[in-house]
Amino acid sequence: MAEIFWGVIWPVIVLAAATVAIVVPLLLAVAYLTYAERKIIAAMQLRQGPMFVGPYGLLQPIADGLKLFFKETVVPTRANKGVFVLAPMITFILALIGWAVIPFGDGLVLADINVGVLYLFAVSSLGVYGIVMAGWASNSRYAFLGALRSSAQMVSYEISMGLIIINVLMTAGSLNLSEIVRAQAEHGWYALWHFPMFMIFLVSIIAETNRLPFDLPEDEASLVTGYNVEYSSMTFALFFLGEYANMILMSAIATILFLGGWLPPLEMAPFTWIPGPVWFFLKVAAVLFVYIWARATLPRYRYDQLMRLGWKVFLPLSLAWIVLTSAVLVFLDLAP
Amino acid sequence: MADYLAEYLPVLIFLAIAIALAAMIVMASWMIAPQHPEREKLSAYECGFEPFDDARGRFDVRFYLVAILFIVFDLEVAFLFPWAVALGEIGVLGFWSMMLFLAVLTVGFVYEWRKGALEWE
Repeated sequence: MAEIFWGVIWPVIVLAAATVAIVVPLLLAVAYLTYAERKIIAAMQLRQGPMFVGPYGLLQPIADGLKLFFKETVVPTRANKGVFVLAPMITFILALIGWAVIPFGDGLVLADINVGVLYLFAVSSLGVYGIVMAGWASNSRYAFLGALRSSAQMVSYEISMGLIIINVLMTAGSLNLSEIVRAQAEHGWYALWHFPMFMIFLVSIIAETNRLPFDLPEDEASLVTGYNVEYSSMTFALFFLGEYANMILMSAIATILFLGGWLPPLEMAPFTWIPGPVWFFLKVAAVLFVYIWARATLPRYRYDQLMRLGWKVFLPLSLAWIVLTSAVLVFLDLAP
Repeated sequence: MADYLAEYLPVLIFLAIAIALAAMIVMASWMIAPQHPEREKLSAYECGFEPFDDARGRFDVRFYLVAILFIVFDLEVAFLFPWAVALGEIGVLGFWSMMLFLAVLTVGFVYEWRKGALEWE
């Protein structure tokens, strides 16, 4: 009996506790990302932003969450009710489970699986299902068009993201996320070696998460927020949480692949005093700032411009970069 | 085999907790918040008038085209994954085999570009 407990049940309890230790801070981070977004955009537009709920408006995200929680869950009569309720849950679940393989520091990872990159790629590919299901089940014209736009946009940018990731994989020689970070300790950050790819990757993750200036699926002016127009209360909140959790996840992926994960910028005294996870969070925050910065600065793209950028600029560029990188690695005998 | 699978146990537990959390959030709100369903409130949103017909009508064929192109290129990425990781071992021969594959694919890409499959006006 004791053997079963220590061999089977105890590890599951430990893992469940570790999962909760990731999910709870993540949800708090999501809440405060919305706060940071509003404050930063306000500062960029010479406004104050939220400032009444709590000191400096710090309790604003909590208040928003509670408000949504106590709203009525509206399920339209003509909607497919099961799918309608399932869609935001799928979006939310997929935004969370990607975090299982993210290394926060050296060895600080829940599931150190060999194919971490492939897992993340698969999870982010599935993300499109939540949105398509929402658009279809709502049985509303705006939701339907929003979902169509969104899915076409997400799959387009996923290709360029995939091709960019291939460059990193070739240089690192591993699919394990921790190994990719360790390889950067040797080679230097891949943001330097693959600088054009890093830039394209930043743009692609903004498009992949449907954020401004690529938020055409949620285009307020023409689609009244698109696929989630029929949602209310917590079903809406799950979409919202999922979108922001995805933003943080994408920033974490960019950090791991290009910015050296938990590594300090230079391997010398003042930088190495700060522990790895702190560097990781600082870098993720920096990428998130780019997200918000882009939202505050750039006007929205047109749909044809968006598709042209994805298919006619990013795809050929990243494909050409793969040929270049692999040729250099093979013929200079540098491949790991 | 068991060790290899054990690596995925945390992912499974993470998935279970995520599902439970999502279900809990929706259920709790649905049970706690007052629900007053009403005919007008539950009709689909369409700027003030009744929807003319079912929303799932015809849509632009280009979305379909994008989906097809996506399958082709996503498969290509799937092929590139193992090749990229093994590049150091397969050497020059592996490099040229993939270049041949990419060349064939590029011909197709140029064709669809010229045919205007990537145009949105």
